[in-house]
Parts: sequence; structure tokens; C-alpha cells
Amino acid sequence: MLSIKNLHASIEGTPILRGINLEVKAGEVHAIMGPNGSGKSTLASVLAGREEYEVTEGEVLFQGKELLALSPEDRAREGVFLAFQYPIEIPGVSTTNFLRTALNQVREYRGQEPLDAVKFLSLMKEKMALVEIDQKLLSRSLNEGFSGGEKKRNEIFQMAMLNPVLSILDETDSGLDIDALRIVSNGVNKLKSDTTATIVVTHYQRLLDYIVPDFVHVLYKGRIVKSGTKELALELEEKGYDWIKEEVDSTATV
Amino acid sequence: MSTLTQQELVLGLFEAAPATFLSLRQLGKESFYAQGMPALKSEEYKFTPIAKKLESCLTDFSPAKPVKISADQVKSAVFAGFEGVVLVFSNGQYLPELSNSTEGLTVNLLSKTENTPLGSIAKADKDPFTALNQATFTDGLHVSIDNKKVIESPILLLQFHQARGGQVISPRIWIEAGDFSKATFIDYQVSLDDAPYFVNKVVEIKGGVHANITYHSLQEESNQVIEVSNVVTDIQQDSQFTSTQITLSGDMVRNNLTLNLLGSNSVGNMYGLYLLKGKTHVDNHTNVDHTIPHAESNELYKGILADQSRGVFNGKIFVRQIAQKTNAFQQNNNILLSDDAIINTKPQLEIWADDVKCSHGCTVGQLDEEALFYLQARGIDKITARGLLLYAFAGEVLDKIEEDSLRNYIVNQIQKRLGSNF
Ligand SMILES: Nc1ncnc2c1ncn2[C@@H]1O[C@H](COP(=O)(O)OP(=O)(O)OP(=O)(O)O)[C@@H](O)[C@H]1O
Ligand SMILES: [Mg+2]
Repeated sequence: MLSIKNLHASIEGTPILRGINLEVKAGEVHAIMGPNGSGKSTLASVLAGREEYEVTEGEVLFQGKELLALSPEDRAREGVFLAFQYPIEIPGVSTTNFLRTALNQVREYRGQEPLDAVKFLSLMKEKMALVEIDQKLLSRSLNEGFSGGEKKRNEIFQMAMLNPVLSILDETDSGLDIDALRIVSNGVNKLKSDTTATIVVTHYQRLLDYIVPDFVHVLYKGRIVKSGTKELALELEEKGYDWIKEEVDSTATV
Repeated sequence: MSTLTQQELVLGLFEAAPATFLSLRQLGKESFYAQGMPALKSEEYKFTPIAKKLESCLTDFSPAKPVKISADQVKSAVFAGFEGVVLVFSNGQYLPELSNSTEGLTVNLLSKTENTPLGSIAKADKDPFTALNQATFTDGLHVSIDNKKVIESPILLLQFHQARGGQVISPRIWIEAGDFSKATFIDYQVSLDDAPYFVNKVVEIKGGVHANITYHSLQEESNQVIEVSNVVTDIQQDSQFTSTQITLSGDMVRNNLTLNLLGSNSVGNMYGLYLLKGKTHVDNHTNVDHTIPHAESNELYKGILADQSRGVFNGKIFVRQIAQKTNAFQQNNNILLSDDAIINTKPQLEIWADDVKCSHGCTVGQLDEEALFYLQARGIDKITARGLLLYAFAGEVLDKIEEDSLRNYIVNQIQKRLGSNF
């Protein structure tokens, strides 16, 4: 489904991603871990199409299409969804108010009929229940005055509404209380299918207890320096990153 | 503009007017001569070189005669869903045959009303254009609302403008609201074609005690139009006055809004929105005078400026020494959509009382790129996303308009622009 080959990206001339290779197949869950500042959010942003990042080398194929050639909105319409690590606040725009526009633009792109107000509302109700989010929150200005956990829940609610093919969850667990973590994870799990895939960026095993990964990758200094199965996450939880850093830094040529 | 042309301008207009209001107009003329056209360095008109603009754009310093207006033209200009009183004007001249009225509202030509103290609220010596209007207006409208009369339906002042060679239109309106009365006015000016002209309007509003007056003004005339508007109101005890000033087009527009808070427990609200593109230049000067204790003023002006447009905001809050317990709030926020757009914004606070709550703030920024990306990442195309964000920005002012037909009309006009790359 997703094939990243030798991806290099920089911001304001500083290279951040320095040769990422990653293959994600339908039905899989990939966890990306790694120390702060290693480039995890950068990778997520580059996949979603943030313009500040300049891709200097490499290619990304998503369902056979050149992902990097698409505008951010077309990537979303093709089925890429990014749950932001730091969802921003937009005064004056409520979730309900932009999501209907978003959903109908996505549906139009996919050749589906637009949803009328009634159908949209019933879909909202269904997905609200999935992540147990309050309607009141959704009619307020987007994320304005939301708690950290409410923002994250709202991201997953949007994901549920847009029904993506590839979901990239950037530290969705941070800020969630124990109950919310379970609820949100269950929501994500229910949205999974044989035809979709999930990339979860996280620092903690506790999320991976709920959303069980098929593969775990460690990103360090802009490269995936280690890949393994879910046991790798447990090992990291126990030992930290130092042993990996040492391994990499001692063999580094550049 | 040389002195000679100034004289020509005034004399041409002065002499063309009928003999009514002769002594008042004489005083206006003298006041105008004493002040002169605002010079380039004039503090009040610093960023708005209106004299130069008039000099280069006006060729015919004569008053524009009323043009014929049909009932169909009126019908198509009135906002969808509008239900209320329509008062029709052609080049400043009131047209009773196309207008209607309602109980408790008396409408008459100024020339048919005795003893209207014109110039007592909008004083000629305060502003050269007020003086110019007083020197050159030919007739105008007198509107009064009976004591205790609550007029729920809005009153539309529908003003058609059309002139040749940049003639001058000098509308003059006097509104008198009785004690315990309530009314909403919509001042709406429409260009009948693209020919240039100069509108120099003066509106005086005299409020009673416990009155509640709303004055909406929508400017969407052609981009050839030069306009100066002076709206001045006296606000008495326990009264509320609300102004919303929406400007969508024009060549050079200068709005002077003056609120005199004269009685305790009075409230003055000033809201404004300017959406500018091309080379449109809009200057909003507001002035609220807290003359007594326990009064409140609220001000919010917002602007979105594209292309080479230019905006000026100057908000003066004057709190006199006796005006203790004053609350005065002012906010001006701007989004610049292009590198060539310019905004000059200046709060001007003069506070002589010590027990007051005053706050003011102004911001100038670009469209939030992060927010734009967020919406795009949800599948919304860039132009629609931009429209959503700009609309959200403008919405805070539009929400202040309680009259649905007007708000819906403006929302429609704005969305046409925001959804199409502005
Ligand atoms: N606009 C920018 N200008 C300069 N450097 C930047 C910019 N944005 C990100 N970086 C740098 O890129 C590096 C990678 O950042 P990124 O946010 O991708 O890290 P991360 O792996 O997601 O970290 P965390 O675990 O803390 O979320 C960091 O060193 C960061 O400081
Ligand atoms: Mg990150």
C-alpha cells in the first residue's frame, strides 16, 4: 500500500530525514518509535504534504500513485489521514462546520454522492459514539480551549468520519488519560480492516498493548535504524535507546 | 488641489443649490473656507490623501441631479427576505413615491420640516467635509420616531447613485429617536453604473433617553467612487447605539463615526468590517466621547486586505475627567493577503478620568498557514479552506448584525469572493 524509498527531506536547508525506507501492506500496523527529535513527526508531515519540508531525494508510492506529487487535499482524498501530534486551534471554525465540507469533498473525489445534513448528522452520531466524544465539543471552535486529551479524541473522531485507507497517528496517546487511551485505541482498532493500514508513532508500550503492531521501527537521526516485531517495543521499554544509539553511532560513516 | 479649485468646487455647488437653508449653507461655506481641504500633512487625513484624489478624479464640480428610479430597480436592490420600511433616494434626493412608512415613523423632506437644528450634532467646524456638505446640500431627509415607539422591522435607506464626470452627491439625513424608542436603520448605497462620483454624506442622529438605535451601513459601490461619510450621534441616558460599518468596495472611502455619550448608563457599540481588494482605499476613523460617568463603549473593527488595497483604522476614545467608571474596549484585527496591501492602525486614547476600564489592541497578520494545512489535510481544497478561515475571521463582526436579511446578503457577497480566490 505504502512504499517509501530512500526518502530525504530537509527544512530550511537542514536535512531531517536522511534516507527512510519503509514498506506498509494492507492490514498491517506499524509502530514508529525513536528518541525526541529523530524525525518521526517530520516523516508524518512529509507524507501528509506539509509544504515547509523540502523532499530532496527519494519517492513514495501510495496504492501505486506518486504520493509526493499530490496536493495535501488530494492525499487526504486518496485516503491518507494524519492525526496531528499537536492539533492546532482554529477560532471561528467548528469541527462540525468544516468536517461536512471535508467529507463531501473527499466523497466527491471518490465518486460518491455528497451526504445531506441528515445523513451527515447520523454518521456523526455513530462516530461520536465510537470515540465517546461530546457533541458540544464538536460545535465549539476547533480545539479552542480543548484539553490535551479532547484534542486527541477529536483527531480520532475525524479519522473515523473520513474513513481513511492509511492512518498515521502521531503520538495520539500523549495527553490521554487511562480510560481515554482505551476508548481511543478501541476506536482505532474498530476502524482497522484488511484493506487499511495504520502507522502509530509513539514513545510508549502502553498504546501498543491496545493497538498491537505487526512491525516496530526505530527512527534515529532521520533513518530507520532498527526494525522488528512487537517484542522490539518491549525491549526498548526496558532498555531505552542508548544501546541502539551506540550501535548506530559507532558504525556511522558520515 | 489649489485654493482656486477649492473655491470653484464650493462655489459651483453652493450656487447651484436652491435658496433653502441659505444662512446655514453660508455658515457651512465659511467653515469650509476656514478649514480648507485637508492638506497632505493634515493629521486627521494623514494616510488618506483625499484632496489629491478629488483633484485627479473629479472633473465636474456640480451637484448630481436625481436620476429616474423605477419600482423594479428598488425591488431588485432590496435584500431577499427583507421586510420593513424602504426609503428610496436618488443622488441624495428622497423619493417619497417609491418609499413607504410605518406607524410611529415620520418621514419628511428637510425642506418641509421646520426648525431642524441641522449642524448641531455634526458640527461644521469639526471636519471640512461636514462643512462642505453643509455648504452644498440641496435637501435631505428628516426621520423621526415617536416616543415609546418600538419599530421592530428595519428601515432601509436605499440610496441610488449615478453621476457623470465625477459630480458631487451630498446626502443629508437627520434622525430623531424619541424617548424609549427603538429602531434599526440600514444605510445602503448602490451605484447604478461604473461612472465616478463623489458622495459626501452627513447623518445626524439625535437619540432620546432609553432609546435603542442601530445603524448598519453597507458600502459596496463601484470602484470609481470617492466617498466621505460623517455619521454623528448624541446618545442620552440609558440608551444604546450600535453601528456596523461594512465596506466591500470603492476607490477611496473615508468614514468618520462619532459617538457622543451624553447620559449615564449609555452604551455605544462600533463594529466594522472591510474586505478590500484591487486598489480600494478605506479609512475608518471612529471617535467616542465619554462625557459622563458610567457609560460604556465597545469597538471591534476587522479587515481583510488583498492586492494593493489600503486600510486605515483610527479609533479615538476620549474619556473626560468627570467620566469615572467608564468602560471602553477597542479591538482592530487585520489579515493581509498580499505583500502589497497596507494597513495603518492606530488606537488613540485620551483618558482624563482615573477610575476607568479601558482596553485596546490591534493585530496585523497573514492567513494562518498552519490552519490552512490542517484543513487541507482533511481533504478541503486550498481555496475553500482559505474561504473558511477568512469567513471565520469576519464572522465575529457579521454576528453582530441581527437583521437576518442584511446579514445573509453580506454573507453571500463575501462568500462569492472568499470562495473564488478573493
Ligand atoms: N521548522 C523547523 N526548523 C528547524 N528545525 C526543525 C523544524 N521543524 C523541525 N525541526 C527539527 O527537526 C527535527 C525532527 O523533528 P520531529 O518533530 O520530526 O521529531 P520527532 O521525532 O517527532 O520528535 P518528538 O518525539 O519529540 O515528537 C528536530 O530536531 C527539530 O528540531
Ligand atoms: Mg513528534
